[in-house]
Amino acid sequence: MSALTAPAPTAPAPTAPPAPRLRRPRSLTERLLTGNLWLVFFFFYAPILMLVIFSFNSGRFVSQWEGFSLRWYITLFNNEAIGLALRNSLIVAGVSTVISTVLATLVAVGMERYNFRGKGTLDGVLYLPIIIPDIAMAVMLLLFFVQAGQVLGLIGGRFSLGLTTVILAHVAFNISFVTVTVRARLADFDRSLEEAARDLYANEWATFRYVTLPLIWPGILAGALLAFTISLDDFVITFFTGGPGSTTLPLRIYSMVKTGITPEINALSTLMLGASMALVLVSLLLQRKQ
Amino acid sequence: MSQTPLVRQHERAQLGILVGPAAFYLLLFFVIPLGIVLVYSFLTRGAYGQLVWEFTLQNYVRVIDPLYLSILWRSILIAGANTLLCLIFAYPFAYTIARMESARLRGLLLILVMVPFWTNFLVRTYAWRVILGTDGPINGLLLSLGLISEPLPLIFNDGAVMVGLVYGYLPFMALPLYAAIDRIDFSLVEAANDLYADGRAAFMRVVLPLSMPGVLAGSILVFIPSLGAFVTPDLLGGSKTVMIGNLIQGQFLTARDWPFGSAFSMLLMLAVLAATLINLRRGGRAL
Repeated sequence: MSALTAPAPTAPAPTAPPAPRLRRPRSLTERLLTGNLWLVFFFFYAPILMLVIFSFNSGRFVSQWEGFSLRWYITLFNNEAIGLALRNSLIVAGVSTVISTVLATLVAVGMERYNFRGKGTLDGVLYLPIIIPDIAMAVMLLLFFVQAGQVLGLIGGRFSLGLTTVILAHVAFNISFVTVTVRARLADFDRSLEEAARDLYANEWATFRYVTLPLIWPGILAGALLAFTISLDDFVITFFTGGPGSTTLPLRIYSMVKTGITPEINALSTLMLGASMALVLVSLLLQRKQ
Repeated sequence: MSQTPLVRQHERAQLGILVGPAAFYLLLFFVIPLGIVLVYSFLTRGAYGQLVWEFTLQNYVRVIDPLYLSILWRSILIAGANTLLCLIFAYPFAYTIARMESARLRGLLLILVMVPFWTNFLVRTYAWRVILGTDGPINGLLLSLGLISEPLPLIFNDGAVMVGLVYGYLPFMALPLYAAIDRIDFSLVEAANDLYADGRAAFMRVVLPLSMPGVLAGSILVFIPSLGAFVTPDLLGGSKTVMIGNLIQGQFLTARDWPFGSAFSMLLMLAVLAATLINLRRGGRAL
């Protein structure tokens, strides 16, 4: 998922326009390349534009336009199940982001600063949740929670699948994503700044609080945002580790799609698209400020 | 530098505070669950779906059953075809963008690649369910033009799953490819041209080999998640389009044969690990 951050385009060398491109008219290859470019962008955007446009359709079907209406948005706002699912989604994403960001920032600093026995193993364990497929992780956690429930049952505790298990599961995969992001930031961190703070009689906590933390803050923020997004987007792991009371937005959409298509989903999709775009724009602006 | 025991003790405490919580969390919620799946995959399922503590290799042997083998094979084929299709469309796409002169335009186009993927994965899959549906826009258009007399069966088949997968994973191919092609020093192509290589030869012998790390990284990033795909075949595929992900899900949530489902997910994880190690050994980036 970290592949979805754009590599920075390098600035072109300030030379005269290259001769070969001007010499001949657009060749067949060039025309094919441009055609492919448009085709791919059309493929990317057509489905999303269609959802947005038809969310304002007064009719039921997506094959014909029957006039502008906010009807489906009104139905959506009156749908209590969706409101509940949104609330669950925000709780799960919010809580798991906070916990995983704290744990991941600490472990990233520790890994960067110390060499210790088992560091390689920990590195591997941190990396695994990123590469193994969702479904494998989901199955693992389901079995674990069921076992844990049985063990706790033996000693008289009570425990069932629900919001808590979903949050615990989300923290488990989010730690890895945040750690990778924070460590990338720490990699080009100038340690001499910390030493300078020490020389100025700052104790360790003060050094961390006033030197290290502000410097790696953009990395922490980016990691937290990534965790929040992945958490909001997750379907498979929530599907396996959740219970009746922990339906999140993706799960709600899934069951709506399963039972039959309703234009309400178009309206919901449009709102979610708007929200995620706003979120990403904010993060881009934050990065630019840095 | 020699350290007094006190300093070392202090450092150890600090290390514990920094690394301890996350390490403990991952031990509890990742390593132990992984161990449980491993143990389960060697256990026996009782007649009523309950777990019997009896060691067996039967779950792994059952994978060779023609029914399951065909699902495994079909998943590999679908994931492979998806990787190939993504490569075919993404390579020229990434190449065109990487060769643009305006840095600003390149940056803008890269952001435009990512924007659709900020939406929820389920929403994107749902969009294709609508588009390909019997009363969706494609069938609607063809019907109103009189080209067909009844809706085409565009959905609930392998083709629909392929479209959904390509749509879901194309950026994972395009972005590493862009990064690899962007790094190429194109004066090498001019050198090849000076040595009488035509455009085709220069591409095949200079650009393509130099962009191989991107091809490999992109292929892994597309192949792995599509091999474990669950939502796409579930929503766009028909009853015949079962992939490993759906099989595992079925063993856990419907058939309740947890040992067999565990064996299958162990195999899936091993396949993914093997693919990742190959990538790392070939000098690919970690992610």
